Amino acid sequence: MTAYLVKRLIAGLATLVAASIVVFGVLEVVPGDPARLMLGMNASAETVQVLRDQMGLDQPLAVRYLDWASGMLALDFGKSYTYSVPVLELVSERLVVSLPLALIALALSTLIAIPVGIFSAARRGQTADTISMGAAQIGVAVPNFWFALLLIYVFAVWLRLVPAGGFPGWESGFWPALKSLLLPAIALALPQAAILARVTRSAMLDVMSEDYIRTARAKGMPRRHVLWRHALRNAMIPVVTIMGLQFTFLLAGTIIIENVFYLPGLGRLIFQAITQRDLIVVESVVMLLVAAVVLVNFLVDLSYAAIDPRLRARQ
Amino acid sequence: MMMPVAAPPQETWRTFASRALRNRSFVVGLLITLLVAAMAALSFVWTPYDVTRLVVGDRMLPPSASHLFGTDHFGRDVLSMIMVGSRNSIAVAFVAVGIGMGIGVPLGCWAAARGGIVDEVLMRFNDLVFAFPALLSAIMITAIFGPGAVNAIIAIGIFNIPVFARVARAGALAIWPREFILAARAAGKGKARITTEHILPNIANLLLVQGTIQFALGILAEAGLSYLGLGVQPPMPSWGRMLFDAQTRMMVAPYLALFPGFAIVFTVLGLNLLGDGISDIIDPKLRRRQ
Repeated sequence: MTAYLVKRLIAGLATLVAASIVVFGVLEVVPGDPARLMLGMNASAETVQVLRDQMGLDQPLAVRYLDWASGMLALDFGKSYTYSVPVLELVSERLVVSLPLALIALALSTLIAIPVGIFSAARRGQTADTISMGAAQIGVAVPNFWFALLLIYVFAVWLRLVPAGGFPGWESGFWPALKSLLLPAIALALPQAAILARVTRSAMLDVMSEDYIRTARAKGMPRRHVLWRHALRNAMIPVVTIMGLQFTFLLAGTIIIENVFYLPGLGRLIFQAITQRDLIVVESVVMLLVAAVVLVNFLVDLSYAAIDPRLRARQ
Repeated sequence: MMMPVAAPPQETWRTFASRALRNRSFVVGLLITLLVAAMAALSFVWTPYDVTRLVVGDRMLPPSASHLFGTDHFGRDVLSMIMVGSRNSIAVAFVAVGIGMGIGVPLGCWAAARGGIVDEVLMRFNDLVFAFPALLSAIMITAIFGPGAVNAIIAIGIFNIPVFARVARAGALAIWPREFILAARAAGKGKARITTEHILPNIANLLLVQGTIQFALGILAEAGLSYLGLGVQPPMPSWGRMLFDAQTRMMVAPYLALFPGFAIVFTVLGLNLLGDGISDIIDPKLRRRQ
């Protein structure tokens, strides 16, 4: 078990290092001089050269990579070219929007999808199953940003229950801030919930056809008990795997959704940074997101062990 | 009583077709997909109105008999724009699937055939690509190298490669230990020849199912990119761009946001149903459970 987790941990760290090389390399070939960008088109060649020296842009590639990578380890991401503030500051300002958004969406999607999946599996072939799986089939096909537009129209324009966009900041109070994250979170969660419900249903059906389920039923265990105690736990492995994958989708989804709702989150930050060629911000945010993906994958591996005692016992 | 040992009867084309036609997902999915494809094909020769002509007097007309889906802020007919937009969506998603299959399948087959270090390196490389949220990277690629259909195709296509590599490898690994492969090896066939003659035909079904899934995801991704202004560029209509333009006019003309969205959902739904249907038809384990 420990050996397995250590192996996964090393694999995750190796992925991070490889990813950092890829990100650094890709942004290296991008046209445009950051120093020129910061100073504007009117700056003289000498001024640009001075800044290039200050920023260490003329150093060899490997030196700059090591500088950048070791800086990140010390949480020093450098300074934004366009905002002239430390990237860490920018990122943490935005993280208080994006992280709650992604977490609410993940919670919503899980709370909807798993009960619906179980319910559907328990009533396989009946009307309730047909309806919920039909709805899931449509949910999978709905682009989250279009669903967001529909939500805005119904709840913001028509019913005026929530703001159509923007974020008042947590300092304006918990409820107003949460209210402006509600529609974006629902828009993000629904398509993911549809996928997760389908996976949960089919995982449950797979497990329900196992011999030990029949044995449990045969020895007189109530159906409900079998469903929740035996079937659900065994069906959780594929479900948790998909949830891990969905976290990646949620992160990427926030980029579009934050643009729909004009939320000042990480997604909008990276989108603006890309269009303004603020490469140091792009590098940092991408690395942060990749690190989040690697971390979540590791948590998924950990949860396998929590779900399946056989994995814990195996050396 | 002794049962004669015989090979399972080969399913005839007719029984297969009748089984396919009894599968509701497959039939509905196929019909929707064909309808969308027909709409895209028709748009090359005929659309109700010319999508490049701006008619200022006809701006933002609600749906009516002369403009079924209404007109946009330039007075263009929305139905015509959706028809032309469909061919962009289809083209981008189709070529992106082609890139994913064309590179991913050979890589996956190679990894399965060689095993060992080749397999290990390729699969770790796969993991690396999976660590990048695909849409984020697609946004980066299109934003850095310039927005447009070609870069959107490349961006979506790159992230199809590891998907197909993984499916092809898993499928091929399941086929390699089979007896008919052993027979082929005994007959002196090399790994490359076995892969093309025996492995590929046997994993074609899996690849077809994955292909429809990736096609649907490609359409969603293209819509997302063009919503952000990174896909097909105006004046060429695209579904995502139409939704972006509709957003600011939602108070006045909510129907503008409705029809392009329906077009996306309809197309993706059709492809997903088709994929579900195909995998039901070809997977006997699932078939029993129906």
